Amino acid sequence: MAAFPFELVSPERLLFTGEVESVVVPGSEGELTVLKDHAPLMTTLKPGIVTVTETGGRAQRLFVRGGFADVAPTGLTILAESSVPVEQLDAAKLDAEIKDAQDDVNDASTDEGRRLATEKLNQLQELRGALSI
Amino acid sequence: MPSLKDLRNRISSVKSTQKITKAMQMVAAAKLRRAQMAAEAARPFAERMEKVLANLARGIGAGTQAPPLLAGNGQDRTHLLVVCTAERGLCGAFNGSIVRLAREHANALLREGKTVKMLLVGKKGFEQLRRQFEQNIVEVIELRNVKQMGFGDADPIGKKVIAMFEAGEFDVCTLFFSRFRSVISQIPTALRLIPAELPKETDATGTGAAYDYEPGEEEILAALLPRNISIQVFRALLENAASEQGSRMSAMDNATRNAGEMIKKQTQIYNRSRQAMITKELIEIISGAEAL
Repeated sequence: MAAFPFELVSPERLLFTGEVESVVVPGSEGELTVLKDHAPLMTTLKPGIVTVTETGGRAQRLFVRGGFADVAPTGLTILAESSVPVEQLDAAKLDAEIKDAQDDVNDASTDEGRRLATEKLNQLQELRGALSI
Repeated sequence: MPSLKDLRNRISSVKSTQKITKAMQMVAAAKLRRAQMAAEAARPFAERMEKVLANLARGIGAGTQAPPLLAGNGQDRTHLLVVCTAERGLCGAFNGSIVRLAREHANALLREGKTVKMLLVGKKGFEQLRRQFEQNIVEVIELRNVKQMGFGDADPIGKKVIAMFEAGEFDVCTLFFSRFRSVISQIPTALRLIPAELPKETDATGTGAAYDYEPGEEEILAALLPRNISIQVFRALLENAASEQGSRMSAMDNATRNAGEMIKKQTQIYNRSRQAMITKELIEIISGAEAL
């Protein structure tokens, strides 16, 4: 399979850079798999798992907490808010995230804010269910 | 003429000062390396963000109504100056030059009859600006307990700025910090946050490509712009941290060198007067013996 350049950056540092075969991106409108020569696309992310398949077939799974994915003709860039490898993710961390999101829902001052926070909470809970840890 | 004991005391006090400045210099050097690495690690994100934002802004420019965070609210009356300085002194001209830039900016705005508000990050800036701009200061944020600057420290500041903007408390926001170029060169910089200052580059990679947007352009831009402000603040804080340490390192290096010079000079005076005293005593003894 053809490879293309992929970068995963968080505000604190560059987390991944290199040639990959495919990346599964948790877009806010649904998951999508990016392969080489994907049409230019810009999407927001929901909290979820990014699966990176490097050239050679080695797969790597990373948890991202939201952010943006930018599919350009030159490659894919994910601007993640924060990201950890799935192996390092444990139930306690995820529960803390869920609790944060719950607080956000309670603190939201506007309807719009509450809607967004609830959405995020649901996505996190869904993820927790999917990972079953 | 100071006595020998006075001279000895003076030398030993300069020596202990030198020890302190030397230690501070070494601590600053170690911290600088870490701060510099953090600043460099944060660069890719900010750069990508800028590129993405520029692409989006170009796309949205025509036709649709640009969001106020990007284009401003069309007014230019109240200015918010976000001044980032250090928590500690003893770092050369670092705090002074940021404050000077901010003060000049504020004075120019006041002369034009505009309203100036200030949000200060860091204690030192507050101490220096308090005298002249007491009533302009909206809030002071201290990051005293922060050891390693994380995005979590910058995000609340960015959010606060946005909340103030949305409440209509100001029209234009400018960020003041010191850009780190090298250990001996830090450049105080003013960066306009709102309306966003976008690079005017015409990058061949982005132009012409028809982008798909999920959810929509406006939603993405609405999510991206506040994030961008936090990122800019974060970047400013990181650059500032590196600049502070660099500045302190060279200031302390100077201080150590000055102390060394002073010790040399004082020791010379000490030795000279000690010798003079011995000579004097000898003369006294000899002339006493001769008189007998």
